[in-house]
Amino acid sequence: MDYSALFLQVVQQIINGISVGSIYALIALGYTMVYGIIRLINFAHGDIYMLGAYVGFYCTTVFQFSFLPALLMAMIVAAIAGMIIERVAYRPLRYAPRMAVLITAIGVSLLLEYGGILVVSPQTRTFPAVFPTTLYNIGGVIISSQQVLILAVSIILMVILTYTVQRTKIGKAMRAVSFDTDAARLMGINVDMVISITFAIGSGLAAAAGVLVGVYYNSIDPLMGIMPGLKAFIAAVLGGIGIIPGAMLGGIIMGVVEALVSGFISSTYRDAAAFAILIIILLLKPAGLLGKNVREKV
Amino acid sequence: MLKVDNINVFYGAIHALHGVSLTVNEGEIVTLIGANGAGKSTTLRTISGLLRPKTGSVAFEGKTISDMKAQGIVKLGISQVPEGRRVFANMSVMENLELGAFIRSDSAEIAADIKMVFERFPRLAERKGQQAGTLSGGEQQMLAMGRALMSRPRLLLLDEPSMGLAPLLVKEIFSIIQEINASGTTVLLVEQNANMALAIAHRAYVVETGRITLEGSAQELAASDAVRKAYLGG
Repeated sequence: MDYSALFLQVVQQIINGISVGSIYALIALGYTMVYGIIRLINFAHGDIYMLGAYVGFYCTTVFQFSFLPALLMAMIVAAIAGMIIERVAYRPLRYAPRMAVLITAIGVSLLLEYGGILVVSPQTRTFPAVFPTTLYNIGGVIISSQQVLILAVSIILMVILTYTVQRTKIGKAMRAVSFDTDAARLMGINVDMVISITFAIGSGLAAAAGVLVGVYYNSIDPLMGIMPGLKAFIAAVLGGIGIIPGAMLGGIIMGVVEALVSGFISSTYRDAAAFAILIIILLLKPAGLLGKNVREKV
Repeated sequence: MLKVDNINVFYGAIHALHGVSLTVNEGEIVTLIGANGAGKSTTLRTISGLLRPKTGSVAFEGKTISDMKAQGIVKLGISQVPEGRRVFANMSVMENLELGAFIRSDSAEIAADIKMVFERFPRLAERKGQQAGTLSGGEQQMLAMGRALMSRPRLLLLDEPSMGLAPLLVKEIFSIIQEINASGTTVLLVEQNANMALAIAHRAYVVETGRITLEGSAQELAASDAVRKAYLGG
């Protein structure tokens, strides 16, 4: 057996996995931030990613935008959509039982999916090639320019996000609301506004993921958000739901595991692997890889 | 300065406050004493805008605040140190203090006020980079108080500052409350430790099962038989 070929193959799959994984990570961030702040699994989040892909699609085809303006436009539109969804669907249920909000989230998800089919038709669209595909061969491992792009955009967005959450006033307010909403209110923090901004940021990141996927796989459809949405949710749980670095880590791990399973076993088992991860993490470490049980001091 | 007028507050179907009225005058320390579950914290939470009275009103300096949101009430100059301190345990001491100044944007003055808090609570200065969750109970209480002062309140609401603290620390905390009051901040203090509260307060109210049952100057209440029996251990 040729070990160096095997080694190259492993490295190749890891690289493929990291690019898909950073997409999962971008979506997972929205899940985890929203969960961290209002304890809601926003099932409509995967559909915001779809919305972002479509905005990107129309910007590049109809309006002839280049990649960067299309990306920004998709993020802005999705951010506004996220804020509207929160305002219209979730805020009126702020003090309702959690199950009511969860069911509403599923309803919003279906609305976006089938409303999407109604508006843009169910057919799969071909995302235009906004980037010329160049393949780089680095010692036998092949990296495409799209993969580089995905990784670069993801890293930049995650750095900006981390800076915002850790250093800025609004980021500190977000962490405060997430830790203790009433205490945050007593600081004079406008909790409704912070929740709104959290939805905007999470949705913007999901939209970026949607555009990147369009660029990577060249095809988009109104139901494209279902599977990546679920997987990003698993990624968020894997890393520890509510924990931002956890979502990044979980996303990358998910992508790499999927790529390895596809490459060495069969791509048929790719989705099974994702759900197996969910089962294993829930059995072994329900708080997630970076989660810890916080003990309260009296 | 603060006028709570006949408020009725409910938690769902539970009637928690039955027509509670009280006033706090500028410069005073007023204490609200009573047993666990009597409605003391509910009163403070209503004043801060975390709960809404079903009937009755709360006014601060003549302005009705019982229909305002919590952030508006903080901006008017009412700050609360909540029961159980509720510091942001996953954030540093410094960040907790910065959050206390959330409604302000005068960064030079905020820095000066953080310095002032560190002078008042030197132990916080030593631990300014430490996560608040790693502080001792007494230090967390100091942090919660420092954080509340960062919004420059004119009325400070304190909910059970002695809870879970060793007697020596309780003494220290209470003398700091007197200092804060002496430097011009009006104080409304909720306490189960009636002895300590009556020792530093000017006036006091006794709350029982959601109603004010007694009120008067702190000395009067400390001397009254009913209070001595129920709250001062004979």
